[in-house]
Amino acid sequence: MSVSGRSSRRRMLGFGAALGGGLLSGNAVSSAADGVPGQLGIPLGPYGERSPFEKVARWRRDTKTPETGSSSTPLQDSVGTITPSSLHYERHHAGIPTLDPAMHRLVIHGMVDRPLSLTMAEIRRLPSVSRTLVLECGGNSGSEWAPKGAPDVQRSFGLVSCSEWTGVPLALVLKEVGIQAGASWVIAEGADACRMARSIPLAKALDNILLAYGQNGEAIRPAQGYPLRLVIPGWEGNANVKWLHSLKLTGQPYMTRDETSKYSDLMPDGKARIFTFQMEAKSVITFPSGGQTLAGTGLYELTGLAWSGRGRIERVEITSDGGRSWVDAELQEPRLPIALTRFRLPWRFEGKEALIASRATDESGYVQPTREALIAVRGTNSGYHFNGIKLWKVQADGTVTNV
Amino acid sequence: MFSLSVIVLLPAVALAAQQEKYSVGRPATVEQIRGLGAAIAPDGGGLPEGSGTVAAGREVFAARCAKCHGEKAAGDIGPALVGGQGTLATVKPFKTVGSFWPHATTVWDYVNRAMPFNEPGLLKPPEVYAVVAYILSLNGIIGKDQIMDAKTLPKVIMPNRDGFVADPRPDVGVKPAKKK
Ligand code: HEC
Repeated sequence: MSVSGRSSRRRMLGFGAALGGGLLSGNAVSSAADGVPGQLGIPLGPYGERSPFEKVARWRRDTKTPETGSSSTPLQDSVGTITPSSLHYERHHAGIPTLDPAMHRLVIHGMVDRPLSLTMAEIRRLPSVSRTLVLECGGNSGSEWAPKGAPDVQRSFGLVSCSEWTGVPLALVLKEVGIQAGASWVIAEGADACRMARSIPLAKALDNILLAYGQNGEAIRPAQGYPLRLVIPGWEGNANVKWLHSLKLTGQPYMTRDETSKYSDLMPDGKARIFTFQMEAKSVITFPSGGQTLAGTGLYELTGLAWSGRGRIERVEITSDGGRSWVDAELQEPRLPIALTRFRLPWRFEGKEALIASRATDESGYVQPTREALIAVRGTNSGYHFNGIKLWKVQADGTVTNV
Repeated sequence: MFSLSVIVLLPAVALAAQQEKYSVGRPATVEQIRGLGAAIAPDGGGLPEGSGTVAAGREVFAARCAKCHGEKAAGDIGPALVGGQGTLATVKPFKTVGSFWPHATTVWDYVNRAMPFNEPGLLKPPEVYAVVAYILSLNGIIGKDQIMDAKTLPKVIMPNRDGFVADPRPDVGVKPAKKK
């Protein structure tokens, strides 16, 4: 009895698997069906690779010099809240350096009693913490300031990623060097070719900045700052200096190129906001989103991502009528502060045009504004820090476009 | 016995973590610090010895910069380094060293650390002073016979010196409650 029961169950599973494999690709190897001998898979290996069927990739904005530019995370294909390190967005100013951790030093100098040089081994000896944090480029969604934004969510919102970062609290290391009276800023410099440098208020450095060497359970990827970078919870990506080799304590910001010429927000009156570090609450629907096509009418799970540099996401609302009415989406728990938060909502596509969008509220009570509200205050030339509500148009035939 | 010793030991361990230093690392040497990008402050702090003329800068620019920034610095592979003054409050702002950068020291600092793009660190301090002098003169910010050095460069008044303001956000939408 029990034997025949098992075999019939097995036939059902085998049939399902064979069918699934057949649908995926004509010659894909399916799991063994009755009477067909199984086939051995590939051997075990030292470092994993994804399935050859998976092609999801970053998208790189074309630049005249391939060493400077950005590549965006494929948010439309993301699931859950963690970005694989291999798909983390990139923004570099002079290429990715190849740094030997045995040779790498972090030097802390300037207004300190004991200028200090630390090896990676010494940094790893210090008490560590791990935090899941979103990282967003200050220029993410810059295309949205223009009348016609980018066609899909990867190009318009993809300079945002979320990792578990592991490292040493910077405050702990700064205690070791003896901060002198009058020090109020830290100039952080990377060991990339252009020695990218940013000024960071000392108060933030003593609050919650991480000297990070770990990303998603392993060493930080070269493109993310191997072997050492700053991770500054909630602050624009550029300030999270990668390939960190120098921290200089000073009594003033140094007005480096990347905090004056770049990453400052030009207002309609010609004045530019400087040190606009914090990333504000933002959300976007990743499915259905620009470039995708719905397979027909019926029930779908609408989903997307929300985050805020100010803390937890408290609420995400969804509209399918261009903002006239809103309903609450379900938020995936745990909602970690300053981390990607996945939202979901069952949604029926009736074969009629729909204007869909999400609107996030964070724990400070800040509500994600409309693009129009942002432009009314900041004009269209500020370039950075766009966090407006993103509308997608689902057309009657199921194709989804940028609005 | 065992549990008692744990109880006795724990507070001592916690205390050690609060008061003691880890004392890792070695004192950083002067050479090590000098090798680190030599960040320049807006008041000129960190600027090295040496000086450069506009005429010498024209030559450095032609040899080391023009192929990417264009012969007249109007931009090519690299961005334009001239023009745009008076455009910041218009619908088409043109941000360059001349129109947008608030401090001449930043130009020195950036060229020194990051340019030429494909060979950063190539220029000696007098060449950096010279090419910065040339770029500033192209923008009409200094005269053709002005010499740039650690004293004169920080005194240069950039057209957009007062063009930067503090971050007023949240500025749009519902304001979060102020922190207590
Ligand atoms: C191989 C090409 C190349 C060469 C040679 C080169 N540059 Fe550049 N330059 C660039 C690129 C590309 C950028 C933009 C870098 C970025 O986006 O981070 C740039 C940026 C700059 C900027 C910043 C402009 C701004 O508005 O932000 C300055 C100033 C500059 N270069 C000066 C120089 C000087 C002076 C030289 C010669 C000593 C030089 N460059 C040589 C390619 C080059």
